[in-house]
Amino acid sequence: MRYLPLTPSDRQAMLATVGANTVDDLFIDVPEEARLSGPIAGLPMHASEMAVERHFASMASKNMAAGDHPFFLGAGAYKHHVPASVDHLIQRGEFLTAYTPYQPEIAQGTLQMLFEFQTQVARLLGCDVANASMYDGSTACWEAIGMAGRITKRKKAVLSSGLHPHYVNVAKTMAHFTGDTLETALPMLDADVGFATLADSIDAETSCVVVQYPDILGRIGDMTALAERCHAAGALLIAVVTEPVALGAIKSPGEMGADIVVGEGQSIGVGLQFGGPYVGLFACKEKFVRQMPGRLCGETVDAEGKRGFVLTLSTREQHIRREKATSNICTNSGLCALAFSVHMSLLGERGLRDLAALNHAKAVQAAERLTQIPGVSLINNSFFNEFTLKLPSNARDAVHRLAEKKVLGGVSLGRLYPGISALENGLLVAVTEVVTDEDIETFAALLQEVL
Amino acid sequence: MSRYFTDEHEWIDVEGNTATVGITDYAQSQLGDIVFAEVPAVGATLSKGGDAAVVESVKAASDVYAPVSGMVSEGNDALAEDPALVNTDPEGAGWFFKIELDDLSELDGLMDAAAYKAFVDSL
Amino acid sequence: MSTVNASGWRPEIVESDVMTPSTYTGNRALMLEEALIFEIGDAHTTGVDLDAAPMVQSRLGGLERNRGIGLPGLSEPQTVRHYTRLSRQNYGIDLGFFPLGSCTMKHNPRLNEKVARMKGFADVHPLQPKETVQGALQVINELAFWLIELTGMHGVAMAPKAGAHGELCGMLCIKAALEARGEDRKVVLVPESAHGTNPATAAFAGFSVEDIPATPEGRVDVAALKARLGPDVAAVMITNPNTCGLFEPDLKTISDAVHAAGGYVYCDGANFNAIVGKVRPGDLGVDAMHINLHKTFSTPHGGGGPGSGPVVLSAALSAFAPLPYTARTADGVIHLIEEADAEAFETTHFGAPLNSFGRMTAFHGQMGMFTRALSYIMSHGADGLKQVAEDAVLNANYILRSLEDTLEAPFAASGPCMHEALFTDNGLAEGFSTLDIAKGLIDEGFHPMTVYFPLVVHGAMLVEPTETESKAALDQFIGALRSVANRAKQGDPALKTAPHFAPRRRLDETLAARKPQLVWKEAELPVAAE
Repeated sequence: MRYLPLTPSDRQAMLATVGANTVDDLFIDVPEEARLSGPIAGLPMHASEMAVERHFASMASKNMAAGDHPFFLGAGAYKHHVPASVDHLIQRGEFLTAYTPYQPEIAQGTLQMLFEFQTQVARLLGCDVANASMYDGSTACWEAIGMAGRITKRKKAVLSSGLHPHYVNVAKTMAHFTGDTLETALPMLDADVGFATLADSIDAETSCVVVQYPDILGRIGDMTALAERCHAAGALLIAVVTEPVALGAIKSPGEMGADIVVGEGQSIGVGLQFGGPYVGLFACKEKFVRQMPGRLCGETVDAEGKRGFVLTLSTREQHIRREKATSNICTNSGLCALAFSVHMSLLGERGLRDLAALNHAKAVQAAERLTQIPGVSLINNSFFNEFTLKLPSNARDAVHRLAEKKVLGGVSLGRLYPGISALENGLLVAVTEVVTDEDIETFAALLQEVL
Repeated sequence: MSRYFTDEHEWIDVEGNTATVGITDYAQSQLGDIVFAEVPAVGATLSKGGDAAVVESVKAASDVYAPVSGMVSEGNDALAEDPALVNTDPEGAGWFFKIELDDLSELDGLMDAAAYKAFVDSL
Repeated sequence: MSTVNASGWRPEIVESDVMTPSTYTGNRALMLEEALIFEIGDAHTTGVDLDAAPMVQSRLGGLERNRGIGLPGLSEPQTVRHYTRLSRQNYGIDLGFFPLGSCTMKHNPRLNEKVARMKGFADVHPLQPKETVQGALQVINELAFWLIELTGMHGVAMAPKAGAHGELCGMLCIKAALEARGEDRKVVLVPESAHGTNPATAAFAGFSVEDIPATPEGRVDVAALKARLGPDVAAVMITNPNTCGLFEPDLKTISDAVHAAGGYVYCDGANFNAIVGKVRPGDLGVDAMHINLHKTFSTPHGGGGPGSGPVVLSAALSAFAPLPYTARTADGVIHLIEEADAEAFETTHFGAPLNSFGRMTAFHGQMGMFTRALSYIMSHGADGLKQVAEDAVLNANYILRSLEDTLEAPFAASGPCMHEALFTDNGLAEGFSTLDIAKGLIDEGFHPMTVYFPLVVHGAMLVEPTETESKAALDQFIGALRSVANRAKQGDPALKTAPHFAPRRRLDETLAARKPQLVWKEAELPVAAE
């Protein structure tokens, strides 16, 4: 077995040191009736590297890879070009095979990277501080709602109809068990993000209002007035960003007054990976830092006065506060945070702005071309790189027929909102820098054909 | 003015109806470097034995309990800026909060300095 | 002791620190100091070449960004050098022995990395039509099959993102099952030796937590636990093997008692590595157990994640598993069952009507970890996995018995340990503690063991070697730990200031916590000459 270095003679020598005759003597605390006598029956035995690789290649070939086909899916996960150096750097063994940096003297690489990541995230989202990552955007969103509850000591959250339905469902699951109240609504196929209606639903029990920016249909709304209404009522405004590349083109939620900004960082550096692992972004105003979930890295000095970094404010966390912790999170998304940070360092402000401009321009071109198809209309007044089309027929059927023709043509609202007939003709289309003019033309021609 | 102690390592100075509360020198020495202290808001109503304040070192967080019931009349704002006061002067400038006592008889069960010293020595 | 350092080189060849010259750069040969990206980069530099954006009419709704963001850019060579230098300030399993108790830092096979990067897995969108992702669903299904078989359980929830998220999943299944029974049980019993995530998770899920004491032998106090059972107790959360490195021989008795009292048994599977292929939790009456794929099944820790925490479930809990899940139907097609299908999809996959408690994350879990874990499992097979547990346990016992003469081993008399050996700092010189031993090990070239955990012993040192260490590596570690422990017993002042040879000396954590600096504060980036 290629991963096991002990030889039979090593094992014998070690058993002698331990004072056991056989290795089974070391398992005497396991009740005999529960002890397995040999390998579990019916399961395959060990396999060579070549055999395993062959099996995986065969499974992989059954999937349509995004890069091999015209590809227009988004809805919380986006295909962007990731520079080759990102994947190279995250595979350095000192990053890949390190643990959480509990021994800071020999983990400065991870810690400095996290400090840089926190700063990048805070600046991108327009907040004072950010943490060292969460699992993903959806869980970060619930954590933000929980944090707003702790700060305001209120238990009702108002969720925008434009919030990603998976995020809404995660919050519903948790609220059901924690006893929080959620106000939710389904989106409607129109251009209004509905912030004015949301503002009117704030009352003295409201802990927070949660909006997505750009929202699930791709619409972009100014949250300045909503933030003011929240604050006047003693509630917090939480903004959720599922496509952080957008913030290279549009104002940050923090600039518009959001108190907590969370996001899905997958778009930058991480790749699609069929939904995970991704990286949750979590940022807020400095005054709320002690209510934040998750790890925080901070700057300090060592015994010789050299700058260094440590995990800090740990008393918020489960390993110290136990049942009084701000969250139960332990392992987060360290390596994905590294990928995000490397990609963001490569982009820099100029690269991010250029990338965002390119995404937006391509999306505008695609929207113009697709709405030339008879019966197809654009819902959005505003969008970044994703918009919603209204088709003349069921969009989920169209997506399947397009897939038969080797085009991955967006996400149907029927997939996201099953059984809601008012939404079933809606199709979400994301257009990033990887989409070519030919891809748009192929998509348009085949969409017209399948409708 | 008389000073009382609790077995949760709080001290309490009573003058008339007003009491000043902090943690003892023994408590701060057990906690190590204090990095954060959160004191109750003015006007908060505390009941004896309930959570009143929080004190944190790098690796530990402890609740400070209300040794008596009453309403908070003042919190030590200096601790926000300089939590190390709890280490350097725990039974002076490192006080946590002042409270208007509801019931003076609640003081009856508390220790005096000699009893508290004996209590600490026994730990 | 010729195995200690075969090259013969010793650091003490340098006669004294006075003779060590300072350098102009602050660098020390291969150890290079590295500035922050905010000090190196600027707002105009980029390491990415992009096509120019075509001219279009902006549709951004009037919300164009009109202020600087403050994100520095680096060219590709600067980027590669920056992160390469940072990486060299890290310890990793690739570099050496990483005996972090309870964390299972085993070798991360590179085949796993290779298969995870196949474009059919890495470049697939979670919301693609199901007919275009059958291979990805097959991976989930095959891994689920293995996890069920290895644990002897009924079903498995694949969505949880990490161990603590898995704990949450299991506790929510329990809460949902109680709700379905119309019972409102509030109390969760947690042994005081448990990982901090256990009580935190129970509280996060809306339960109240009560401690169960440990016996002097380092095991759950079964009598105390049984005495506390009653109609208000929802569940017991137990770690087996426990955090003292001991198997809980009475788990089946405990499970029976908990079930008789109407509660459920949650098992923290963080230490599954010790028993994989040797005993199945399903045979011990467990109702739910998360499996850290990033521990037992070798997916890399990545400096703190990502993890993955699938939860195996008993027949009593399987029906409540979160959405989505995958199941193969009789026709051989693998289905991904989401909100849309949950009601319509009548399946016997879980042997009971579906009554999912809902969704706990967007999409369907940590696919990138599933591929890696399945690759690891297939490489080992049923025979190799059994050998994994045996070697892990043998390695830990070898360390325990080789060092019990030097360090206090509080439960050495309790019999063999499982995959980790527990020591304490009892018997060191005045003023010396576990922390000094940990920092001394750093100078010896090892990552320290887990320190000050579990909380049930004072000054705990928890050593988990895993099965992927050779005997020579263990012998070198044993020698080094013995040497450091003896220095601590003799009160060697140089140990108080260790580490001396790491990229940084001891860091001021008090300063960091009193005046938190969580982000780089300089407002302006350096501006390069255009």
